[in-house]
Amino acid sequence: MNILVCVKRVPAPGARINITDDGQAVDTAFLGFTVSPHEECAVEQAVQLVEKHGGEVTVLTLGPAEAEEQLRTAVSVGAAKAVLVPITESDWDPQRTAQAIASVITDLENANGKYDLVLFGNESADSCGYQVGIRVALKLGRPMVNGAKGLDIEGSVAKVRRESDAGQEIYMLPLPSAVGVKEGINLPRYPTMKGRLASKKVDVTRTESTGSVGGLKMIQLQRPPERVSNTQILGTGPEAASAVVDLLEELGVFK
Amino acid sequence: MSVLAVIEHDRGTIATASLGVLTAARNLAAQMGTSLEAVTVGSNADALASVAGQYGATVVHQAHHDALTDFGPEAWGEAVAQVVRATSPQVVIGTGTERGHEVIAQVAARLDLPASMNCTEFDSSFNGTQPLRVVRARWGGSLLEQAEVDATIKLVTLANHTVDAVEAPTSASNTVHNVNLDSSVMHSFVQDRVERVAGVTLATAPVVVSGGRGVGSAEAFAPLEELAGLLGGVVGCSRAVTNNGWRNHTDQVGQTGTRIAPDIYIACGISGAIQHWVGAMASKNILAINTDKEANIVTKAGYAVIGDLHKIVPAISEEIRRRRG
Ligand SMILES: Cc1cc2nc3c(=O)[nH]c(=O)nc-3n(C[C@H](O)[C@H](O)[C@H](O)COP(=O)(O)OP(=O)(O)OC[C@H]3O[C@@H](n4cnc5c(N)ncnc54)[C@H](O)[C@@H]3O)c2cc1C
Ligand SMILES: Cc1cc2nc3c(=O)[nH]c(=O)nc-3n(C[C@H](O)[C@H](O)[C@H](O)COP(=O)(O)OP(=O)(O)OC[C@H]3O[C@@H](n4cnc5c(N)ncnc54)[C@H](O)[C@@H]3O)c2cc1C
Repeated sequence: MNILVCVKRVPAPGARINITDDGQAVDTAFLGFTVSPHEECAVEQAVQLVEKHGGEVTVLTLGPAEAEEQLRTAVSVGAAKAVLVPITESDWDPQRTAQAIASVITDLENANGKYDLVLFGNESADSCGYQVGIRVALKLGRPMVNGAKGLDIEGSVAKVRRESDAGQEIYMLPLPSAVGVKEGINLPRYPTMKGRLASKKVDVTRTESTGSVGGLKMIQLQRPPERVSNTQILGTGPEAASAVVDLLEELGVFK
Repeated sequence: MSVLAVIEHDRGTIATASLGVLTAARNLAAQMGTSLEAVTVGSNADALASVAGQYGATVVHQAHHDALTDFGPEAWGEAVAQVVRATSPQVVIGTGTERGHEVIAQVAARLDLPASMNCTEFDSSFNGTQPLRVVRARWGGSLLEQAEVDATIKLVTLANHTVDAVEAPTSASNTVHNVNLDSSVMHSFVQDRVERVAGVTLATAPVVVSGGRGVGSAEAFAPLEELAGLLGGVVGCSRAVTNNGWRNHTDQVGQTGTRIAPDIYIACGISGAIQHWVGAMASKNILAINTDKEANIVTKAGYAVIGDLHKIVPAISEEIRRRRG
């Protein structure tokens, strides 16, 4: 069972997201970087599946040279191989990103054989385009379901569970297939000592790729109107309980 | 020439998000001087034509195929793509939901067109001839982006809850499209379904008592459970809590968890990181309980109590019981 997981490097903002003066990017001067929680879970799910069925996990990212950090983090929790598709300019639009990723996957598969599963996050943490995985899967000609809250292999089929307003839906995708994963499918592990060592040693493969510019153009980022609140402090410590219950009565939530 | 609204439904039951989409699509069509049309997938949705007409659709395209009895992202995407090809709308608007994003992304991939998800605004001077300027939500709504969709057919989804449904009845005509679906799109249909048990959910609860890292352990949630029980509400949590395995992810509030809108959100030992806040900000009232009076959640909340949640939460329950006698 060989699995490829696609992850995207994004900033990890805290209490607020600041934008650069030109409005073109998130100001990352004081920020660390991470991947989407959905993608962390995709990596964990892949690692659990190969622990059960054998094989290995490869992680792939399209991004700046620094995105090696996110690939190494994935290796520290169990991925075996890492592939960086370097880009030098600012971000690529979703169509171009998908085209470039699909062509790299095709090259990797021609060299090493097919991945039984290609996993994505349900949506990226920053841009939230909900589309790169779906575009890549179609180019690779494999079935794809997004939003997976459960993923098992039963023989030559990927059994996907997802939540809808109506209940839990089950999908059965013949392998090789592609799946977009949602946070909550599992609880990602922390790196072990051995994992950390492996992540330092792993060779990150660099594979150039191109794609033609698509039709979605980012013009400018802007902050949503901020909720300013004159916080009313009801008190300090347990003595405030009475004021809290007064408030609950006033709001009609406690009768 | 039209604006095409993609109606989301579940086995023939319309998703409420579709009504906002119909309204937004009608407004856009009016400003462009063109008509609103709608598309439904599967003959089990044919009856929804009257709903579309209620919201001003002049033509309802009904995609038919024997296989279209339940949801399947690839088959739905292919069916809508074929209707789009046949009718050449200038703009196609889908719902900003899991299924809505997925169907529009499938259409986009199949027609090799750009797609802009979770739009909150459309350019009021758009007349159909120029690229479509939109504002769209990023980071789950913590940040907005002005973007341009440059293509002959503009594919977008409307961020949920941004446009209220307003009726504008017309008489709609129906056109059936018998779509061709080959075996490649047949694999991703829903194969089985376990219906949800009815009851209060995190998304719909009138009161949510939430705990963060400050709660300290799975066991220490017991007083929060008790308070939620007394108020007829449910317990929520932050990602720090799910990451520690203290609670299930179904309880998580935020960007990658659930969006809530209770009458009151009681946030205990939660700092109020932006990714948590976007899930809670639609709450009508927020009460923060935190040892740190500078915590982000305290400065954003309407009400706060400063101090140790382990003492304050039980004291509130105690006071409620006392008053109830
Ligand atoms: C000129 C320009 C400037 C831009 N500037 C910014 C910016 O400053 N900040 C910003 O956030 N976006 C920016 N974008 C948009 C950004 O490039 C998109 O985020 C990107 O194309 C991927 O789309 P998405 O993030 O919406 O992915 P989604 O469709 O939401 O991603 C779904 C899944 O696909 C996979 N995936 C997505 N992208 C990658 C990747 N690069 N490598 C590996 N796997 C991936 C992941 O598994 C992810 O979970 C810019 C775009 C342009 C054209
Ligand atoms: C892409 C992305 C998506 C994310 N999605 C989500 C999401 O959906 N939901 C989410 O919650 N997070 C999400 N996060 C994580 C988020 O950034 C924060 O890390 C997380 O919300 C912090 O949880 P917390 O407030 O419980 O913990 P902390 O930030 O550690 O805050 C703990 C708080 O408890 C207070 N405290 C401590 N002890 C006590 C006590 N005894 N009594 C009272 N107060 C006390 C402290 O003063 C502090 O304010 C996401 C992050 C990323 C990058």
